[in-house]
Amino acid sequence: MLDVRKIDTYYGQSHVLFDVSLSLRQGEIVGLLGRNGAGKTTTMKTVGGMLRPKKGTILFEGEDVTGRKPFQLVRRGICYVPDDRRIFSDLTVDDNLGIVYRRTREWDRERVYDLFPALREIADRRAGVLSGGEKAMLAVGRALMSGPKLLLLDEPTEGLAPLIVRALEEQILRLKGAGISILLSEQNLKSSLRLIDRAYIIDNGRIRYQGTAKELENNDEIQRMHLMI
Amino acid sequence: MDFAANLFSTGTLSQILVGLSRTTILFIVSSGMSLILGVLRIPNVAHGSLYMIGAFVAWTVIQFLGGGLFAFLAALVVAPLIVAAVGFVLERGFFSYLYEREHLMLLLLTFSFALILGDLVKIVWGPEYRSVTVPAFFQGSAEIFGLPLPWYNLFLLIVGPCIAVFLWLVINKTNLGKIARAAAVDGEMVGAVGINVGWIFAFTFVLGSFLAGLGGALIAPMVNISLGMDHSLIMEAFLIVIIGGLGNMWGALLGSLIFGLTQSLGILVWPQFGIAFPYLAVVAVLVVRPRGLLRSTW
Repeated sequence: MLDVRKIDTYYGQSHVLFDVSLSLRQGEIVGLLGRNGAGKTTTMKTVGGMLRPKKGTILFEGEDVTGRKPFQLVRRGICYVPDDRRIFSDLTVDDNLGIVYRRTREWDRERVYDLFPALREIADRRAGVLSGGEKAMLAVGRALMSGPKLLLLDEPTEGLAPLIVRALEEQILRLKGAGISILLSEQNLKSSLRLIDRAYIIDNGRIRYQGTAKELENNDEIQRMHLMI
Repeated sequence: MDFAANLFSTGTLSQILVGLSRTTILFIVSSGMSLILGVLRIPNVAHGSLYMIGAFVAWTVIQFLGGGLFAFLAALVVAPLIVAAVGFVLERGFFSYLYEREHLMLLLLTFSFALILGDLVKIVWGPEYRSVTVPAFFQGSAEIFGLPLPWYNLFLLIVGPCIAVFLWLVINKTNLGKIARAAAVDGEMVGAVGINVGWIFAFTFVLGSFLAGLGGALIAPMVNISLGMDHSLIMEAFLIVIIGGLGNMWGALLGSLIFGLTQSLGILVWPQFGIAFPYLAVVAVLVVRPRGLLRSTW
């Protein structure tokens, strides 16, 4: 459903992504793995429309969506969840969910609260005072309100306590069960193997390896070269 | 001794009330500026011009309808709406193309529009003074604690809190207001949840312009409507927004209160230097709280 073809992205003058190609099928969770600064976030932001590639095309469900703005992509079904969450800290949890553009009626606050019951209990709290885990859940929940077909999750479990990481992973698997495709960036191979079907490894802005989760698990050399273990 | 005698004289209370009614207009204009500054991040130098246009349009409407209470009330509705329409054209036609550029560009653009709008006013209304008489309904004075307060000032004292409540409701209770608050802090992320930020900016700019126009229409019966009335106001509005905290609506209210009250009390304390007191208050506030009294969205 997503087909990224040979994109090059720049931050101002500096060339960050080189010839990055990747694809994702309906209902898959695909990992984008790499060290800090390898180009994961840049790739995610380019697919999410926050950065514009200088070269290459991005196809979504067969349609060329290269260069569209983030809000247009959300309305098309692609929603980006940033690694630093960027929840609206002045608004309440409930309002963070409430202001999102809703593409379909499939997702509403009730369904998000059913997925993350912890959020229901703090619905009236100002989002700025939430804990790291609650912010992570809210960021995912907020994206779900738009009724995405494809979620771009940028290091969703970064900086969270192991117990919370486990809980969040459970929810991510439930999203897959609900038919949402996910591109998931992650530094840590071990934790991502519980979620992903396939993975791309990115280093210095180039895709270095691609394969199924199983192939990657058994390939020690690739892991040593490109990942933090 | 003179100072103290003046300060505690019976005239003080009515002077405070007159000061408060002037505060109303400062608040209405500067809250619009603060809104635009908070959400769009534009220090809109042309805001004073919009206020001036509001006053001139109010004059035209009142002339057209032949004066009287109805004409005045019509002007209070029509003038802000026309100014809001001007704001819409400015935002969609010009500012919206520059949001991704440097701030300096936007500042320069607003400055150039302050000049252009000033000249347009001169072309349309000419260089003469215009004046609006207070409708008969508002002439005379009310008795407040045994002291006279002009009915029109009393009217302003009622309008001010109404506008504050209205703004509070728009910003805190409507979806549009909530989105605008989110956009004030992180506009890019608002786009990333599917909202076309451009229209939120347009809405905010139009609302801010409406408030500038309303301020202009409200002040019309109290001053000579003239070219240049934008200049003094824009200075005051900027100072109010700065001491209140950029982008904070309650800050605009607090700043207006400080500005309006120090001005009217300053005149009592030391008539020759009354005009300096608000500026001294601004200096005092900025020395103690350089980022403004209330939390800024910047």
